[in-house]
Amino acid sequence: MGFNTMIVIDHVSKQFQQRDGNRFKAIDDVSITIKEGEFVSLLGPSGCGKSTILNLIAGFDRQYEGTIGVNGESIKTPGPDRVVVFQEHGLFPWLTVLENVAFGLKQQGVGKKERLERAREQIRYVHLGKFADRYPHELSGGMKQRAAIARALIMNPKILLMDEPFAALDEQTRLVLHKELEDIWMRTGKTILFITHNIREAVMLSDRVLVMSTRPGTIKKEFTVQAARPRDSADPLIHHVERSVMDCLADEMEKVIKEEMDDDNYSFKKNDFHNRDISDMGGGI
Amino acid sequence: MILVTWEAAYRLIGWESWKFPSLFQTVESFYSGFVHGQLLDAIYNSLRRLFIAFAISLSIGMVLGLMFAKFKAVDDTIGFLVIALQTVPSIAWLPFAIIWFGFNDVSVIFITALGATWTMSIATRTGIKNIPPIYLRAAQTLGTGNGWRMFTQILIPGAFPHLMTGVRVSWAFAWRALVAGELIANGAGLGQLLQDGRGLGDTALMLNVVIIIAVLGTLSDHFCFKKLEDRLLVRYGLESNSKS
Ligand SMILES: Nc1ncnc2c1ncn2[C@@H]1O[C@H](COP(=O)(O)OP(=O)(O)O)[C@@H](O)[C@H]1O
Ligand SMILES: [Mg+2]
Repeated sequence: MGFNTMIVIDHVSKQFQQRDGNRFKAIDDVSITIKEGEFVSLLGPSGCGKSTILNLIAGFDRQYEGTIGVNGESIKTPGPDRVVVFQEHGLFPWLTVLENVAFGLKQQGVGKKERLERAREQIRYVHLGKFADRYPHELSGGMKQRAAIARALIMNPKILLMDEPFAALDEQTRLVLHKELEDIWMRTGKTILFITHNIREAVMLSDRVLVMSTRPGTIKKEFTVQAARPRDSADPLIHHVERSVMDCLADEMEKVIKEEMDDDNYSFKKNDFHNRDISDMGGGI
Repeated sequence: MILVTWEAAYRLIGWESWKFPSLFQTVESFYSGFVHGQLLDAIYNSLRRLFIAFAISLSIGMVLGLMFAKFKAVDDTIGFLVIALQTVPSIAWLPFAIIWFGFNDVSVIFITALGATWTMSIATRTGIKNIPPIYLRAAQTLGTGNGWRMFTQILIPGAFPHLMTGVRVSWAFAWRALVAGELIANGAGLGQLLQDGRGLGDTALMLNVVIIIAVLGTLSDHFCFKKLEDRLLVRYGLESNSKS
């Protein structure tokens, strides 16, 4: 792991113009520093502003207050130095897996023969060798995400921005992909910003977990996970951090539930939270 | 079956041939029309105009549609106008076209292209607007930028299902406008041949032309566009044989 800072988000706020004309503060005064080669998760309930932050770093949205620096430069447009992997994979349905993975190289003007060769190699790397010539709709959810990861990795980006990439997958597939992602990260040393609403996922994968609170979105607390790599889900250290994160989030959950259920008398006890062992704040509730 | 009824009805009712031709007259006229090159000539001329007009309307329509999709100001002004214009049958512009261009090919091509252009531009606009934003973002993050490469590699293929429908509808419009235009304006073609047939009282010729129009229209739609469209929809996973 290097010691250079890779991403610096300094006192950034973002407001959306709502349809009724009012302004809605999605994130408020967020400051994050991510070092080169670090694996950082942004964790929080749906709607807390995680994607908003990622979209700003990606360069999709340039209207915000504060400053964002990537590798020492301010961001102007989206670009292949910080490729985004989306929850809904975003593979182009009119291209085969091979063509999808080669797409970024084509934009860089790499010749057809070379880019297809390199794409095949990258596809084998994510264990999709047999499916290179399929169209995206012919793949399972997990295979699509692998293809999307291959499409990002082939650009050899310094930074990988992942917006709930595994949220739509079933549990088994997700566990497999956790292993693969950790493996890729350990081999390539990329800086990864990983967004999730799943506590276990965040703790298992990350060096650091940034817990967000909602409305407006702010960074509430930061947890460092010093467990050994490759991670072992039985590691007591992991469990310990997971529990601390849950405690931290319980208040937040209560706030969200009250708001969504429109009921001020509803009480969400911390004990309940532990007993039910809810680690998924998104679809679970 | 239809053919037998036709000939039988013809004999029973005893229509005179200047109102409606008999089967034999029609077949004979068809044959001689081909032998004398009259029909082939007309088909060739009509198709030539059609293809020119179609090429024009596809290019202009797609560029217009792109503008509508990308610039709200254009959409609110010209886009609105186009929707209004689309409801006007192309043939209604023929008198204007004749004043502007005279009784010639240009007038016919103009009105043939007109209706198809509006349809194509609206289909392109809808197609582009319906592309899931995630594709645009994925492309940008992989370095397409926001210009020509985005247009050719993402917007066009992303809008393809809508574009294909637009092409089919435009083709049908163009085909209709063409025959109507040829009927009135000058120049060798199927519409003109129809008019000639009327002048000569040659109902067999007229019927042949109608049949040719129907056959060409069906063939082109069914074997070109429909096949292509079905293939593409399967490939895009919109209408898949193997549902995932
Ligand atoms: N384009 C937008 N216009 C208006 N409000 C938005 C827009 N995008 C997101 N929001 C709002 O900002 C908040 C944060 O959204 P988001 O960052 O997508 O949350 P998360 O990714 O954490 O689920 C939500 O309340 C959402 O409704
Ligand atoms: Mg999100």
